[in-house]
Amino acid sequence: MSDTNTTGNGTTETKTASHEGEPNRRAFLHLTTGAFAAIGAANVAWPLIDQMNPDASMRALASIEVDLDAVEVGQSLTITWRGKPVFIRRRTQDEIRDAENVSLDALPDPEADKSRAENPEWLVMVGVCTHLGCVPLGQAGEFNGWFCPCHGSHYDTSGRIRKGPAPKNLEIPPYQFVSDSRIKIG
Amino acid sequence: MNRLSALVFSALLAAGLFTTGAEAAGDAKHPEAIDWSFNGLFGTYDRDSLRRGYKVYTEVCASCHSMNQLRFRNLSQPGGPEFTALEVKAIAAGFTVEDGPDDYGDMFDRPGLPKDGFVNPFPNVQAARAANGGAYPPDLSLITKARSGGPDYIYALLTGYEDPPAGMKMRDGLYYNPYMAGGKIAMAAPLLEDLVEYTDGSAASVEQMSYDVVTFLNWAAEPELEERKQTGFMVLIYLTVFAGLLFFSMRRIWADKH
Amino acid sequence: MSGESTYQPNNGFTKWMDTRLPLLRLAHDSFVDYPTPKNLNYWWTFGGILTFCLVTQIITGIILAMHYTPHVDHAFNSVEHIMRNVNHGWLIRYIHANGASMFFLAVYIHIFRGMYYGSYKAPREVLWILGVIIYLLMMAAAFMGYVLPWGQMSLWGATVITNLFGAIPLVGDSIATWLWGGFSVDNPTLNRFFSLHYLIPFLIFGVVILHIWALHVPGNNNPVGISVKSEQDTVPFHPYYTVKDGFALVIFMILFSYFVFFAPNVLGHADNYIPANPLVTPAHIVPEWYLLPFYAILRAIPDKLGGVIAMVGAIFILFVLPWLDTSKIRSARYRPLFKQFFLIFVVNCLVLGYLGAMPAEGVYITLARICTIYYFAHFLIILPLLGLVEKPREIPESISASILPETAASPAE
Repeated sequence: MSDTNTTGNGTTETKTASHEGEPNRRAFLHLTTGAFAAIGAANVAWPLIDQMNPDASMRALASIEVDLDAVEVGQSLTITWRGKPVFIRRRTQDEIRDAENVSLDALPDPEADKSRAENPEWLVMVGVCTHLGCVPLGQAGEFNGWFCPCHGSHYDTSGRIRKGPAPKNLEIPPYQFVSDSRIKIG
Repeated sequence: MNRLSALVFSALLAAGLFTTGAEAAGDAKHPEAIDWSFNGLFGTYDRDSLRRGYKVYTEVCASCHSMNQLRFRNLSQPGGPEFTALEVKAIAAGFTVEDGPDDYGDMFDRPGLPKDGFVNPFPNVQAARAANGGAYPPDLSLITKARSGGPDYIYALLTGYEDPPAGMKMRDGLYYNPYMAGGKIAMAAPLLEDLVEYTDGSAASVEQMSYDVVTFLNWAAEPELEERKQTGFMVLIYLTVFAGLLFFSMRRIWADKH
Repeated sequence: MSGESTYQPNNGFTKWMDTRLPLLRLAHDSFVDYPTPKNLNYWWTFGGILTFCLVTQIITGIILAMHYTPHVDHAFNSVEHIMRNVNHGWLIRYIHANGASMFFLAVYIHIFRGMYYGSYKAPREVLWILGVIIYLLMMAAAFMGYVLPWGQMSLWGATVITNLFGAIPLVGDSIATWLWGGFSVDNPTLNRFFSLHYLIPFLIFGVVILHIWALHVPGNNNPVGISVKSEQDTVPFHPYYTVKDGFALVIFMILFSYFVFFAPNVLGHADNYIPANPLVTPAHIVPEWYLLPFYAILRAIPDKLGGVIAMVGAIFILFVLPWLDTSKIRSARYRPLFKQFFLIFVVNCLVLGYLGAMPAEGVYITLARICTIYYFAHFLIILPLLGLVEKPREIPESISASILPETAASPAE
């Protein structure tokens, strides 16, 4: 930068000189510097934000495997997945029939039982009422499915909302059978 | 820019002076500096060495030393030994972990999962002491950070066993090692030629096994090292360029003053 | 400071705001149009650097508190959890840990700059005293923060420092017990230190605002130590000093980054990676480097109470420095003798720091005693006498007048 006008002895000139000289180069330099500062700030911001996302120990628990050997027909298993209860129910033939014989028109949140339980014998659902997050009771309510005691939502044997304030059916988590008697949730 | 360089220089000097000052000098022999692959600005871990080191740890060290900060899943994370997820599942399943209580209130054993911690050789500190003549084998998760001299010191300790100098009385269960403060250590020389069978064809000399296991231990203590150094390099480049831009901006702004 | 506010609100909202809460006017007058002596050198950039350090410590600290558990059974592991599991946790913790050292490095340069250029002299005594209060609060915050990882040095450092209170006659032991909330440093101690460690930075922030206020009333001192006489002596703070402070800050960040990314543990002690154990004392208990000079003074006195008094006195003597220095001339540039003694004083402080890290035995104790005596002599004997016997160099007429011949002689900067 040898071209900078060195020591300003003439103070009268210094007052006005600044923005007249070579406005483009000067503006470009300041703009580049400013842009560089902005890039830096954005890169600093990300770790500060991302640290609140689930950490590695949380992510390690995001998927679990469950053994179903001990569950007989007509029995349920409640396990914890991502901090929430998951109901795994081995349904009876009656329950399956009830679930399949409902007309979709009668449902607030129409969904076929087939699409909720790929293997009709096993129903896997997140046990959190879709109204305000309470845990529903099993084999209760007017439809012999689940009943949420908090505000009276009734779910049927497929976990679909039938009556009460809840807007949606009980959520089906992502899961797959890794063997006949073992499923992986998440 | 004389004043500025003086400033940076004095800052460095002050920091350097205090750092060297803070290291307390002991009577032990000073460990030799090893040229680790993870040293320096661009240091990274040698994956093969990490895997061999893990084998040495599990087959030798783990019979007495715990590693409480590690989970099996760490073995597959980037920057580490980088076993595959399947390999880690198999490694974890090779260990038995106590879980429970079950529906009857009993604790039960099950095969390990990637989320589980490294399995402790002893149920508690007292049991570890009792089994080791009163000396507690320290947890190794942070050992290279928890000893001054770091990895160089651990390497020197593992390879530095000698006969005690004439006239030194060694109580039963104590061994001579010149790198240990006081010269006496309750751990017998843990590594012997070919103690571990390497599957990749490397010769299992005491030096090689020590190098590998210390590499592994350093990773265990600083699993973020590779990411840290790579990020650091980018940060330094960024700051240098930014400083240059600011310098010229400043020259422009100040050009009409002084 | 002097003169009318030059702030002109330029739209509806800022005009509306200006008649209700003139925050923008305050900011404008304090950091944009604030008239600043035009001859400030790089030693003056540390005020800005320190503000950066404080804000960095507060932000990273709040984040660490989201993941940390202040309980003796979990503290050590929760720190390792931050290092291993939390996203970018290692980065945030290393910035916070090394940030403390960087903070002190900057504050020491800032303090020595104030001493060299006589920035504590009238009319800036209150400014100086507020600075010493900030420094005291920083030491308290740093000490309590060092306890939180609950490693061996955390526990034993806390034990040694809190035992100092036991030296107070009659009530000492009761005070120590009260501090601990038990009969030794234990869970209640850790819990309350965490609480206070979170509180103190906000106190510092408050005092920093007073410090800046007290700075803006008389205005900045400057390397020649002459008060501003005309507008020609000053430049507006922005952009002249925002860019200069910014440049110095980035250079400082390069040093900071070197420690964070390439030597994150050299300023700490290896023993703090060993979980705290109340049954085993580390071979050498050493405080963090920034407290070493005072630690050396503490150990130099062979009496418990005497040592504590000397150590506390070494800090509190700074409060009365403006009245111990009898010279009317501010800048060391025009005080040839003071310049020499200042240099000796700085070296003396560095030597004290070195001695604080050495074991308290043999020649180290003798040296520490000599340095301690010199430390106090500098304030109590040398400074008062110098003002009476020293023959100062000729002082230029104004700041502008002081710059012209110098820039002609050395066009470098």
